[in-house]
Amino acid sequence: MNLQAVKSIYIFEMSRTFRTLLQSIVSPVLSTSLYFVVFGAAIGSRIQEVDGVSYGAFIVPGLIMLTVLTQATSNAAFGIYFPKFIGTIYELLSAPISFLEIVMGYVGAAATKALAIGLIILLTAAFFVDIQIAHPFWMLTFLVLTCVSFSLFGFILGIWAQNFEQLQLVPLLVITPLVFLGGSFYSISMLPPLWQNVTLFNPVVYLISGFRWSFYGTADVAIGLSITMIALFLAICLGIIWWIFKTGYRIKT
Amino acid sequence: MAPIVSINNLSKTYEGGHHALRDVSLDIEEGEILALLGPNGAGKTTLISIICGIVSPTGGTVTVGGHDVVDDYRHARTLIGLVPQEITLEPFEKVFRTVSFSRGLFGKPPNSQLISDVLEKLSLLDKKDSAINQLSGGMRRRVLIAKALSHEPRVLFLDEPTAGVDVELRKSMWSIVRDLKKNGVTIILTTHYIEEAEAIADRIGIISDGQLLLAEDKEALMGRLGRKQMRIDLQAPLDELPENLSNYELERAEDGTYLTYVYDTQADRTGITALLNDLGDAGIRIRDVQTQQSSLEQIFVDLVKETP
Repeated sequence: MNLQAVKSIYIFEMSRTFRTLLQSIVSPVLSTSLYFVVFGAAIGSRIQEVDGVSYGAFIVPGLIMLTVLTQATSNAAFGIYFPKFIGTIYELLSAPISFLEIVMGYVGAAATKALAIGLIILLTAAFFVDIQIAHPFWMLTFLVLTCVSFSLFGFILGIWAQNFEQLQLVPLLVITPLVFLGGSFYSISMLPPLWQNVTLFNPVVYLISGFRWSFYGTADVAIGLSITMIALFLAICLGIIWWIFKTGYRIKT
Repeated sequence: MAPIVSINNLSKTYEGGHHALRDVSLDIEEGEILALLGPNGAGKTTLISIICGIVSPTGGTVTVGGHDVVDDYRHARTLIGLVPQEITLEPFEKVFRTVSFSRGLFGKPPNSQLISDVLEKLSLLDKKDSAINQLSGGMRRRVLIAKALSHEPRVLFLDEPTAGVDVELRKSMWSIVRDLKKNGVTIILTTHYIEEAEAIADRIGIISDGQLLLAEDKEALMGRLGRKQMRIDLQAPLDELPENLSNYELERAEDGTYLTYVYDTQADRTGITALLNDLGDAGIRIRDVQTQQSSLEQIFVDLVKETP
């Protein structure tokens, strides 16, 4: 295995984060803080506790997921789309490096960024509300799995996209609505029965529910189901990436 | 000695049915400079792209250093450096970092001294901390060469290295290529500048419509296919050619001050002696005689024209 190449891609991608620190880290932290100000302090003070947790604390896992999902997807998508767009992908294709190693480099960097942002948001949230983490191990496991699986998803998106519009389409029009409708700011038990059933078709529900369980010990769906759904999503993404590299879809002619 | 690059019956048909390469076979010896000449769309870039792993072949095989470029791509690609035709660089990256990145991609450990040496050879050392978007076009092209050399390749592919660059830079590129050859690097360059191939190549390959028409030693090619022109300056202008000279392929200048005779250098008889005798018999006095080898350009044009 060409680990030197994986390391080179990883460091190269991470250095992009530090070069664009304001956009990469400060911006999601600022927008999350605004969510706390609006939903936590202004609106949250008028809402009763949800599942025995104050509303401000209740939305923390959902807010982290909202940012982590969009950041992991966007970072990985941009990471591989940019070399395609400017033509430097020739270097990756002509280097003695396997497709698995390319994925490890790009997805590893995107997942690290998303993880770092998730943890920074958690720290930021601690300034606004009291946070308890009932299952720290599972909290980290959920977070890491989500970062990796959505970075893989972003990588697929970056390969598929043929222009910047397509690149932004999925995070804006798919991920964000799914997260908002996936119980980020409410418990799905608060919905009418029909909508509770409809919501179960939203895969993000399982992520947020499981992640919230790791904080407060309460979940909308069974924890085993949440883990299964993440594992399934991860497996599907890996399968698609394997197919992309086998066929050279939108990479090789 | 086994060739460093061996191409066997290589073909490529793109989606849509375009045949970019048709059954191309070619051996490239270690340490030589091979220039691939051909008009736009002839298949030069496709050939290079297949060897380097950017494009998948439809048929045939290629080995580099004895390693198949598909089945044993890791070993094969380790030996190859590629300078693409287009200037493709991350605009905000620093020169030193982007060159070091290339070395890392090829599995080589960081080596600041080597990168500095490469940059120095390419007159880029003073720009090592500059962002790519602050460099001139010529410098960017040299950064591409530095990236390709950063992992110490044994075979270097230069795809149209001097396309769109000025004469001075072109000559500087030729000098770089000659230096690389001195260090034992095998160089394959594509170009449609005949002058370039004539100036630096050891061997010329001509591609047209996806077919390799020939690959021959440059001097031998020019000798074999070259025709020479003899210009005969006359002491007095000639109104028309005398009867006894009508059998020669002679062309009279408009003002009649000189005659041009084209002959094949490889023919058993060039006809020069007989022509000069007949000129004397006709009472035509000669002031000067000059001969000129026909250029690669003419050879190239003739060959491509002959291709069905």
